[in-house]
Amino acid sequence: MRPSLLVSGAASRIDGPLLFLRRTLNVGLNHAVSVHGGDGRTRLGRIAAIDEEFLTVELLESGAGLALADTVVRFHLEPLHFGLSTGILGRVFDGVGRVIDGGPPIPIHRSFQIDGLPLNPVARARPHDFIETGISAVDLMNSLVRGQKLPIFSGGGLPHDRLAVQIANHARLRGAESQDFAIVFAGIGVPHASADYFRRSFEASGVLERAALFLNLASDSSTQRLLTPRFALTAAEYLAFVEGKHVLVILTDMTNYCEALREVSGAKGDVPGRKGFPGYLYSDLATLYERAGCLHGLAGTLTQLSILTMPSDDIGHPIPDLTGYITEGQIVLSRELDRAGIYPPISVLPSLSRLMKDGIGRGSTDTDHPALASQLYAAYAKATQARVLASVVGEEGLLEIDRKYLAFGAGFEQELVSQTSARTLEASMEIGWRLLRALPKVELSRLSDAQIAQYIEAQR
Amino acid sequence: MSVAHISWISGPVLRARALGPFRLREAVHVGSRGLLGEVIRIQGDEIVAQVYEDTTGLRPGVAVTGSGFLLGITLGPALLGRIFDGLLRPRADASTHYVEPGMKAEAPLEFDFTPRLRAGEYARGGSVLGEVVNHAGTRQSCLVPPDAEGEVLTIQAPGRYPDNLPLSTLRAVDGSSRAIAMSHFWPVREPRPVAKWLPSDEPLVTGQRILDSLFPVALGGKAAIPGGFGTGKTVLLEALAKSCSADVIVYVGCGERGNEMAGVLDEFPRLADPRTGRPLMERTVIIANTSNMPVAAREASIYSAVTVAEYFRDQGLQVALLVDSTSRWAEALREVSVRFGELPSEGGYPPYLSSRIAEFYERAAKVTTLAGSTGSVTVLGSISPPSGDFSEPVTSHTKRQVRSFWALDVKRAQSRFFPAINPLQSYSEDSLDLESWWAKVYADLPPDGPAAGDEWLALRRRFLTLLDEQARLERMARIIGKDALPARQQLILFCAELVNEGFLRQSAFSETDLYCGPQRQARMMRSLARFIEEAEAALARGVSYEAIAAMAIVRPLERMGEDITESNVQAFADLAQRMDSEFAGLTPSPGAKREA
Repeated sequence: MRPSLLVSGAASRIDGPLLFLRRTLNVGLNHAVSVHGGDGRTRLGRIAAIDEEFLTVELLESGAGLALADTVVRFHLEPLHFGLSTGILGRVFDGVGRVIDGGPPIPIHRSFQIDGLPLNPVARARPHDFIETGISAVDLMNSLVRGQKLPIFSGGGLPHDRLAVQIANHARLRGAESQDFAIVFAGIGVPHASADYFRRSFEASGVLERAALFLNLASDSSTQRLLTPRFALTAAEYLAFVEGKHVLVILTDMTNYCEALREVSGAKGDVPGRKGFPGYLYSDLATLYERAGCLHGLAGTLTQLSILTMPSDDIGHPIPDLTGYITEGQIVLSRELDRAGIYPPISVLPSLSRLMKDGIGRGSTDTDHPALASQLYAAYAKATQARVLASVVGEEGLLEIDRKYLAFGAGFEQELVSQTSARTLEASMEIGWRLLRALPKVELSRLSDAQIAQYIEAQR
Repeated sequence: MSVAHISWISGPVLRARALGPFRLREAVHVGSRGLLGEVIRIQGDEIVAQVYEDTTGLRPGVAVTGSGFLLGITLGPALLGRIFDGLLRPRADASTHYVEPGMKAEAPLEFDFTPRLRAGEYARGGSVLGEVVNHAGTRQSCLVPPDAEGEVLTIQAPGRYPDNLPLSTLRAVDGSSRAIAMSHFWPVREPRPVAKWLPSDEPLVTGQRILDSLFPVALGGKAAIPGGFGTGKTVLLEALAKSCSADVIVYVGCGERGNEMAGVLDEFPRLADPRTGRPLMERTVIIANTSNMPVAAREASIYSAVTVAEYFRDQGLQVALLVDSTSRWAEALREVSVRFGELPSEGGYPPYLSSRIAEFYERAAKVTTLAGSTGSVTVLGSISPPSGDFSEPVTSHTKRQVRSFWALDVKRAQSRFFPAINPLQSYSEDSLDLESWWAKVYADLPPDGPAAGDEWLALRRRFLTLLDEQARLERMARIIGKDALPARQQLILFCAELVNEGFLRQSAFSETDLYCGPQRQARMMRSLARFIEEAEAALARGVSYEAIAAMAIVRPLERMGEDITESNVQAFADLAQRMDSEFAGLTPSPGAKREA
């Protein structure tokens, strides 16, 4: 039994998410409290500031219904913790780690602070294990490695959920048999239908028993959304670094998390920064995204795939912008491709995987993989330039070579990006080489003479 | 030492009632874990301090102990080849997976010491006390602290000593004596004194063509690298850390990714320093304050780093300080400032942002040290402007301070054209000062046509105008179509593309292209300039544009960087010969009208 102390009648003021208590107990900063209202509901909170007379409690759930007289506060005398064991797999929790699937409570093996501690950079091992997802635009062009944090930048109405499920179901090391993997899913302010979609998909593919689901639905308290990813990541860290599993964490939708942060910071009276988001949005997001990686001497890894919907499809909006500065790349979905019926609608040019170079090439995927990806990027970038030109002056005004690029661009999208079933990396690479064969040799400056001889000219 | 008791605490900021005197910017230790903090405001008997570590669990009544010193770090032989946090506490112990607050100072390390001063001599501040051989086998100087001087009363014989053990006693003219160890303490916010500032006429050779040949930075210079996310700031900085011509690299990961630090730590011990052949890690000091580590320490980390850089400079070494990224530092400044309740200025940043940036970059210099040798600190700082907008406060204030500006471009990065430096937005004020240095490089090459003193500047101007014309013509082509451009203009576009692909693009992942020495850069520039010249001449004598564009020589020119190794001098001569004969073989097409 963890120690706790109950205090009643100490509340002196409630102001938005802040509850002021007379300081009748010697408690420390950031310690957790449970606030029991006269309405019978319990709200989590933490101690945000202390002076000699008062404690300031930041409520992490709605304060509606609280009164001064009948509020009872339970002090946990430690920061918010989450009790965990492998029993969490196959279970469903609410946004603050309480079981909601009707089953028994989970047995507790160890308890962890939900804020985590920063990983010692020296203890981190460099992530380098290539994960095959079966998606060409990812495997060939923006390879994912174990321990990476790679978000999907999407927009409302785009098939990001489907893509995330597909990656979760297929993501395996090449040539390896069934592994000790687990999935931690955190739905942050997601609609019920979306949470249900994930659950049904995991059920259908048989991975549900290896998954722990944390659901904060759109109808749940918005301030609770600040806790949901922390509970989920604490569970993931436990599975990865204590139980030695390869954990894939799906956080969706990070935009709702940031909106909740803006809401709370506004109520606290913080000085608003860009678009009303608090100035510490970067540091705050970093405390979540940085909880991914591999550690020396430990078998487990933690890979993060977070989904965020870009407000009005604007990649310069603070949420995707700051995310992109923290994460190791991004997969960007495009409305234009989606409209053209291309699935997955991955916009290859703005997408990026920073850890790709460590996971591909000689000894891991294919010696020629890096050069092929680089050449495809160069050619596709020229194709989009030619497209812009063609949209103004018409195809007739283009040079012969630009017309070839136009055809290349169309082929790239329809044959390589678009796919109906999973592809091996070899199959993706074969399509890549085939597309390049349509371009003249002098354009292929990123391929070596040997590569041109082997893949382009020998098969022309 | 003075003690105070906490009366209010929120986040990293606390107020405490002082029982004795505290000084502004004095380092303090908080609570039983001894969390490090700094006094930032004094009001009557109340002090306000910022704490550099997680403050969870602190409460009113907890003791705050003054250290008597300003926030500072210990500089000594134990720095090279190691990794530290923002307050220069070693992070080498991989057995602790997490960064726990309140880490204590490590046990002193031992080094073999050879004295360079004799008893009875008069030692000035900054002079060499002795020499040590560090754990990696590198010889290093131990300095008398810049603020100490006096007659050497005693000095230890050669031997192995802990780095914090006093080895010598100096007696100042006023009769006071001071004990001197191998390492000494220096406050991070105070620039270390120098004898004289020197003008710089020598570049920091980076091995990157677009930097050295088009936008060079001088030794002791300062450069900014702004770019949106994914434009390759970190990859570029890492490439510079690997190959630039400095004796010591101080690399600061300020609010950046943990996995990147892991990458550097994994790679650097295995890579060899291109100049000495020793492991790269031996010339490197890494200061890692990742984005999820406490924000106040992030603010201090770049001051720690520049102080370390100055310490090596004072030993007469050429130091490159690489900061990734200064925006995160500025944001930390903003975050802390907001907690104090300071009025925000532009972009929410405190009004003193501009002067802080200026102060920081001003610590870059080439100098005569107090000991009389020549040393330099070159500062290369990346900037992460929100949504890649260069008009934001950090970029615009930095632009006024630096002399080299390397603007990264999202379009280039998206087509995986690296380094994605936009040649039209970048500049270097150092280029004129470096002309004589480049003249010597060109003088060593076999003569190519009439010798011109300023060949480098002329080639540089030629390339830059070509790229400028390209941008102009592409705008025009967007209106009238490319095939409507006259052949001469199509050739300009073609040549500009050749300069981009063959010279400006440089693969950090190719063994051959990772580093490009000044000689090879000069040869490549000449080869391309020769092609442009001959192509223009060919067009003028009636050869069609299509025939020039289809020449076989184009591909080897585009791949010079990856195909011709550093020492393969002959390849350039062969290339020139082949070029001449191919051009000689081009015949004017009958339909083409002469444009000469």
